Amino acid sequence: MSISWYLLVSAAMFGLGAIGVMVRRNPLVILLCLELMLNAGNLALIGFARMWGNGDGQIFAIVVMVVAACEVAIGLGIIVALYRRRLPVDVDELTELHG
Amino acid sequence: MGFFFVVFGVVALAGAVGVVVLRNPFYCVLSLVVHLIALALLFLLLEAQFVAAAQIVVYAGAVMVLYVFVVAYVGGGDRPAALWRASARQRALAIAFGAAVFIELSIAILGSGLRALGTGGPDVPAGFGAPAQIGELLLTRFLLPFELASFLLLVAAVGAVALAGRRGGLGEDRDLSPGRSTLDLPIPAARGTMAEGVAGYGVTTPMPDPEYKGRKLEEGEGV
Repeated sequence: MSISWYLLVSAAMFGLGAIGVMVRRNPLVILLCLELMLNAGNLALIGFARMWGNGDGQIFAIVVMVVAACEVAIGLGIIVALYRRRLPVDVDELTELHG
Repeated sequence: MGFFFVVFGVVALAGAVGVVVLRNPFYCVLSLVVHLIALALLFLLLEAQFVAAAQIVVYAGAVMVLYVFVVAYVGGGDRPAALWRASARQRALAIAFGAAVFIELSIAILGSGLRALGTGGPDVPAGFGAPAQIGELLLTRFLLPFELASFLLLVAAVGAVALAGRRGGLGEDRDLSPGRSTLDLPIPAARGTMAEGVAGYGVTTPMPDPEYKGRKLEEGEGV
């Protein structure tokens, strides 16, 4: 298979993740859709690493995975803290930072 | 090769659609697990063996377990109306924007000047993408990103504990009355200093105001 097919799959995944972030209201599901977008980036990085035939892109993908794990830890911590304070777990009702 | 790509690609995209469409967050998480495993198989087709293994262990294993725990704790099913309440116009706009992103990326990919994109990539040596190569790269050329990533993980772990800890949270009311701060807590007589270790317990160490706090405790004002 040519590399461009992998990149097209990656583009479709990124678009789906973007739709999810825009449509869904539950912050948990929004985090999941962010994961989709990060993984689309990972697939593109690894496709390009295969295209060039060296491993630098794979290192990039591993760093992206680390960043995603950190984001998940912090995001889920915030969601648990919201739940503890009996705040609605809904991004449309959380408008405390609304200017 | 082409057959496996089609199968794994279709499963990955179906998992992604499931994450966006399913109403119950628990099913969304399970759908993402399916997606991640199919994605790891795609990585294998691209000769990235170590990243595929890390994807399954770290993502489909650890991170998704975290998600499942939080979904079970928060219980996303109790507000079904709030989970999928986007108006029809917003949904249509979101789908239009997502499709626009996909079409733009496709134009960029297919119209790119990289002629190697049309091929399956060059022939690579047998150890390509193996743990040995990744480890060598991480500890030589990419040592600084590697160390920074470890530091980032440490900061994230501390932040997660500070955010979700039982006695913390986002401004949760602590057990401190207005006139007191954590500095008013009683200070023990022995401070565990090197001077005490050498000269024995009870020797006055050159620290400020241990006497004041001690007297305050004896009079029953403290604590």
